[in-house]
Parts: sequence; C-alpha cells; structure tokens
Amino acid sequence: MLYRENGQFKSTYASDQQMLPILQDRVFMMALLAFAFFVVPIVTSEYVFLSLLIPFLILTLAAIGLNILVGYCGQISIGHAAFMAVGAYAAYNLVLRVPQLNFLVVLVLSGLIAAAAGALFGIPSLRIKGLYLAVATLAAQFFMDWLFARVKWFTNYAHSGSVQTAPIELFGWTIESPAEKYLFLLAVLVLFTLVAKNLVRSHIGREWMAMRDMDVAAEVIGIRPVYAKLTAFAVSAFYCGVAGALWGFVYLGSWEPLAFNLNLSLNLLFMIIIGGMGSLLGSYLGAAFIVALPIILDQIPNWLGVPISTATSSHLASMIFGALIVFFLIVEPLGLARLWAIGKEKLRLWPFPH
Amino acid sequence: MKLKSIFLAAAVAAAFASPAAFAQAKEQFFPSLVYRTGAYAPNGIPFANGYLDYLKLVNARDGGIDGVKITYEECETGYATDKGVECYERLKGKGPTGATVFQPLSTGITFALTDKSFTDKIPLITAGYGRADSVDGTVFGWNFPLGGTYWDAADMLVQHVGKKEGGLDKLKGKKIALVYHDSPYGKEPIALLETRAKMHGFQLLLLPVTHPGVEQKATWLQVRQQRPDYVFLWGWGVMNSTSIKEAVATGYPREKMYGVWWSGAEPDVAPVGEAAKGYNALVFLAPAGQGQVHKDIIKYVYDKGQGTGKKEDIGEVLYNRGMVSAMMAVEGVRRAHIKYGKKPLTGEQVRWGLENLAIDDAAIKKLGFTGFMTPVSTSCVNHEGEAQAKIHTWDGKKWVVQPDVYHADNSILKPMIRSSAEKYAAEKKITKRDCAKEAG
Repeated sequence: MLYRENGQFKSTYASDQQMLPILQDRVFMMALLAFAFFVVPIVTSEYVFLSLLIPFLILTLAAIGLNILVGYCGQISIGHAAFMAVGAYAAYNLVLRVPQLNFLVVLVLSGLIAAAAGALFGIPSLRIKGLYLAVATLAAQFFMDWLFARVKWFTNYAHSGSVQTAPIELFGWTIESPAEKYLFLLAVLVLFTLVAKNLVRSHIGREWMAMRDMDVAAEVIGIRPVYAKLTAFAVSAFYCGVAGALWGFVYLGSWEPLAFNLNLSLNLLFMIIIGGMGSLLGSYLGAAFIVALPIILDQIPNWLGVPISTATSSHLASMIFGALIVFFLIVEPLGLARLWAIGKEKLRLWPFPH
Repeated sequence: MKLKSIFLAAAVAAAFASPAAFAQAKEQFFPSLVYRTGAYAPNGIPFANGYLDYLKLVNARDGGIDGVKITYEECETGYATDKGVECYERLKGKGPTGATVFQPLSTGITFALTDKSFTDKIPLITAGYGRADSVDGTVFGWNFPLGGTYWDAADMLVQHVGKKEGGLDKLKGKKIALVYHDSPYGKEPIALLETRAKMHGFQLLLLPVTHPGVEQKATWLQVRQQRPDYVFLWGWGVMNSTSIKEAVATGYPREKMYGVWWSGAEPDVAPVGEAAKGYNALVFLAPAGQGQVHKDIIKYVYDKGQGTGKKEDIGEVLYNRGMVSAMMAVEGVRRAHIKYGKKPLTGEQVRWGLENLAIDDAAIKKLGFTGFMTPVSTSCVNHEGEAQAKIHTWDGKKWVVQPDVYHADNSILKPMIRSSAEKYAAEKKITKRDCAKEAG
C-alpha cells in the first residue's frame, strides 16, 4: 500500500534513468543517509564505531571492488587482499616520501597504483577462465605477501616489518576520534558507491555483464574481451586499493603484511557470495554479515550472563556462524540482496496480494 | 537501502553494548586478552590460567589490592591482531575506572595497541615481548616491556654461544641460523642479531616460517644444506614443537638449538618427548616449578574449586610467567595506591605506579615469588627495569636450569633503542615526554 509506484509517471529521459526510479526508495535513501550522517555519530558508542562500523565501512568498499570483478564481470579472484595491501603500502610510502600530498590525493594515487597491479594480474584472465583463473589470482596474493614481507624498502626498513602511520590530516582537520573517522569513511564510501552504481549502469558495466553472461557472444557483438576484462580488474583493484589504504590508515594505524593475508581475501569473497553477487547492496549486506555477526555471537553468552568459558564461547560462535552461512545459502543461494529484493516485491503487493 | 546494514549494526549494537551503569564500586577491572583456541592455544592456555589464578588469589587471600576488589573478564583473540584490537575496544571501558592494564601476549597485537595507548591512556605491559624500542618511556609513554625485550634475548643468546665457543671473538666465521615466526614477533630480534653479526663476524642465516608453522620442511632443508653452527628458534605455538621434530628428522643436534623464552615451555618439547633432549631455551623471570605463591594458589583458589585450569598444570613455565605478569600489574596498582589513595585507579594513575615499580629481593620474598622472579625497578625513562635471564635445558622429562646469568649489553642496545624510538616518534608525530618536568 505504502510501497507502490502507481501514479509516478516518467515524462523525461532523465527521470526514467535516475538511479532510484521509485519515489519511496528515494525518500528512504535520503532518510537513511541523514540517519547515518547525523544520528549515528551522536548515539553510537566508541566500541561500536571502532569494532563494527569502521571495519564494516572499509570492508564494504573492498567488497564492492571485488563484486565489480566477480559479480559483474564474472572473473573469480581469491587474491583481492593483495590489492588492498598494494593500496595500503602505496599510501604509506606516498605519505612517508612525499609528505606534502593531501591525503585525498594519496588515496586516489594508491588506488591507481593498485589498479595497475590489478590490471597486470588480470592478464591471465584473457586466457584462462573460472576456477583456473581463481588459482591464478592466488599468485597475486602470494606474490604481494612475499613482496611486502621481504623487500624492506616498502616498509621503510622497519626492523620488525610492521609499519605505522600518523592520524590523517585533511585541510587542517585531523581525523582522530572514532566519530570523525566514521564520518570520513562514510563520505568516501557513499561517493564510491555512487561511482560504482553509475559505472555498472553505463556502457562499461554492460560490457562487463555481457562478458560475465557469455564471453563468446559478447565478443561476437563487438565487445573487446581484453578491454572489458582488464578494466574490470583495474577498477576492482582500484576500489580495493583505496579500501586497503583506509584499512591501514584509519582502522589499523599500524600493520604488518599479515594484515592482508589470504584470510582477508577469502572473507571478501564470502562477503559477496553471502551478500549477493552482482549487487552493490549485496556488498553492504555481506560485509555487515561477516564483520558484525562473529563479534555479536561471541558476546551473546556474556550479555545473557551465561557463565561459559572463553574457549567454549569462541568455539560456539564459530559453529553458529558457520551454520548460519550454510542456512542462508540454502534459503537464498543468490544472497541476502536477493532476499531484500523479494521482500520489496512482496511489499509492492501488500496488503492485497492480487 | 544501501546503508540499511549500518542501521542494523548500530541498532543491534546499541541495544546490547550500552554499558550497564556502574556505581562507583570499589573495584579495579583487569581485562585479559587470551587465546584458548587456535594454533597458539597450547601456549596461550597456561599463560591465561596463571594470569587469572593470580588475580583470583589476590581477591581470595588479601581481599583485593589494598581492599579494592579485582574484577576481570577474558576475551578470546586467537592470536589475531584484528580480533585483539576488537577485544581491546570491548574491554577498555569496563569497570568503574576503565581497564587497568592490557597484556595481549602477542607482539602483533602490541604493535596495534601501542598506537591506541596514546589517546586511551591505558598502560600496556608486555613482559618479555612487544616492541624492543618501547623500553624508551619518553616516546612509548604507555608500553612496559618489563623484564626484557627480544633484543635483550637475542643479545643474551649470542653471549651464551660466544661463551661456549670460548669468547665472542671465536664466533668469527661461524654460522648462526635464526628460524623465526614470520611476524613482528619473529622479526623483532633480527636487527640486533645483524648488529652483533657485524661486530663479531659471524654469518646470520634468516629462515622465516609462515604462520602457523606446521609446515617447515623447506626451512629445515636449508638448515641441512647450510649446516649452521647454532640455530636460534623464535617460534610460538605449534611452530616450536614442529621445529624440534624437524630438527630430529634432519638430524640437527638439539644441543645446538637455542630457543627464545617463548620457545622453551612444556608444550613445545612434550610432543617430541625424549627426542627433544638437549634442547635449550632462555628462562625469563620464572622457570618451571612451585614455590610459596603456588601453595597459596592451591590453598585459596584450587581447594575452593575456583581454579581456572587443572591442578597438575600449576607451575608450568608459561603458567608461572602468566602469574608473574599478573603480579607485576597488581604491584603497579599497589604502588600507585600510595600516591593516589586506595581506590579504583584510572589507567593514567596505574602508569605512574608501573613507572615507579621497585620490586627488590625482599619484596619478591614477601610476595612468595622467591626463585620465580628477578628484581625489577622502573622509571619514567626506563620502562623495562633490568633484563636478565638464564638458560634451561630439556632433559627429556623436565627443564633443568643452568646457573649462568646473562645480562644484555646495554652499550649495544641503548643506541639502537634510541634511534628506533626516534624514528617511531617522527613517523607518528609524537612529542616526547619530559620526564624531569613530570617528576617535578
């Protein structure tokens, strides 16, 4: 009843092509953004910022990056933490060696460096497909792990291989408190989501999806696979590079090569599988699922006041987390985003199903 | 709809995480970052048990620290840095005055928490681990590597093998291999060993082992090819026992293997058993065994059914080390009570106590730690106290402590610590503390 687009006529191309064609969606989105920007910083505790929201925002950005490649272009990668590492170390070295640069410039540059690395490691995708490509992207993971652990220049000859960063400064604003970090990240994420949304709706996004759905057919209708696949790799790595730089500078503050290991790559992949491949909303939902759920599960016994040992509670959390993943994949193999879409369809008919 | 999940996360968290209103109870909150699961659990469990048991003892025997009850909560880190940081954020605000002190028992987590300590003002005790340069209290205002760092440990091991060869100059042309956990923990001693290698002309082979360290065939193949005169082992968790097993398989003599103090506990050698005989490691603060304090723990904690672990495991190397770590934190609070009064203290006040620790032999005896603790006295500039260690050897059934006591050579360490701390201060843009001014 409430969620119905009857009477919303589109009389111009612009209104037909807008990002959220339904009025209710636009209102909801505005309200949500207003809530996220103005209410959340006031009501949220420091712990929620630092342990849930900040990692959630950054990993969402990385998940969007991976989703562009895997969900939209159909090229599986299990080495995307490597591009986060490239972004993080690029940003570290840029800040260290060219201290006059504005952090936003650093962010874009480190994204571009990661994009170059992504395009380079995307080259095998021109010849190999599917699972074989996935294995080839592992090379990126192991190579970058090796590079940043062994080539001391990247870590500024730190004796333990761990690097540290100073708080970010933007135009005289030092981003230090959790709320400030959150707002900065949220702004970056909203911006990058807008860009991604428009990319996947544009000709290039359609090329990616054509590549994903059937590469031979795509080639026949004139899409160059080299261009389509490598741009997907580059854009995807760009997003991950920016996310990596933020992960290092805003979330960790000091990190070691281990921070970007295979585990993180797999987590990113799980995020988009659970959230929904080929859906930006899915990246958000998946990241929230993977970031928040283990932390919440781990604390439930404590909230309930059940006296169980730390080890048992930690084992239980892992088991329930695993069971929930299986449950969601069985209930909705297309991901949480699909559940949301189904909900919307139902809502359209509600309360009169016919 | 995009940001729906933020809303969800916030709502869920806000519903649960809002801290219960604490009345100003007379309680001092001790967080405990532990790992009772994962590849490092065999070593994490005894340490965590010792830590908790000592806190329980202080409550049961003395009614808390000077009448202020100790409360505690554990959080499982699994030795993972990101999880450790989450635990830290979770626990730092609990209790009437916030967390007293953190002891993460992980160098990686220490690196991450060091950053946060400057704004949160909570001290970090890293007894025998953490950053070697954090001895410098003027830069690392909140870190306390009480009793020793990895640079001390590496230095002592070099001194020991030098002594065995009949003088440090005899090390010329020798080969020493460092088999290390490929993480900040394992990499920490490299800087010192490189300096020493240059001084004495021995060759240093660096053999990294990736986490968790159960696959070391390639590493030990290199040992077999290169035939180093000594192997220093810088491992943790299952990596230690795997290394010793591989040494047995390769035929490398265990007598020529020296572990850091984290590679010399029962879980490291027991899986290898008899074959590990002759393996050596440093002893840090507390060797295995039982003393007066253990009797108290059995009497006040275990006999009342309050024990954290099994009664038979009391007195293991890592159990004792956890106990000593807890004791140093408790003594820090006790010291701070003298200045600030016998009430729950904030992290900043506890720091003063830790900076003015003076645990001498008489105090150790009074605490019942005779034989399980070396004297430690700290200052605003020196956050370490004194570092000394012995070597102990596994005889197939138990650890046998050798009599020689080693001290790190400060003429080598001091300049290294200074330059490394300066570099950190520059990178993080930290203004150094003026200790003379603070004292006045």
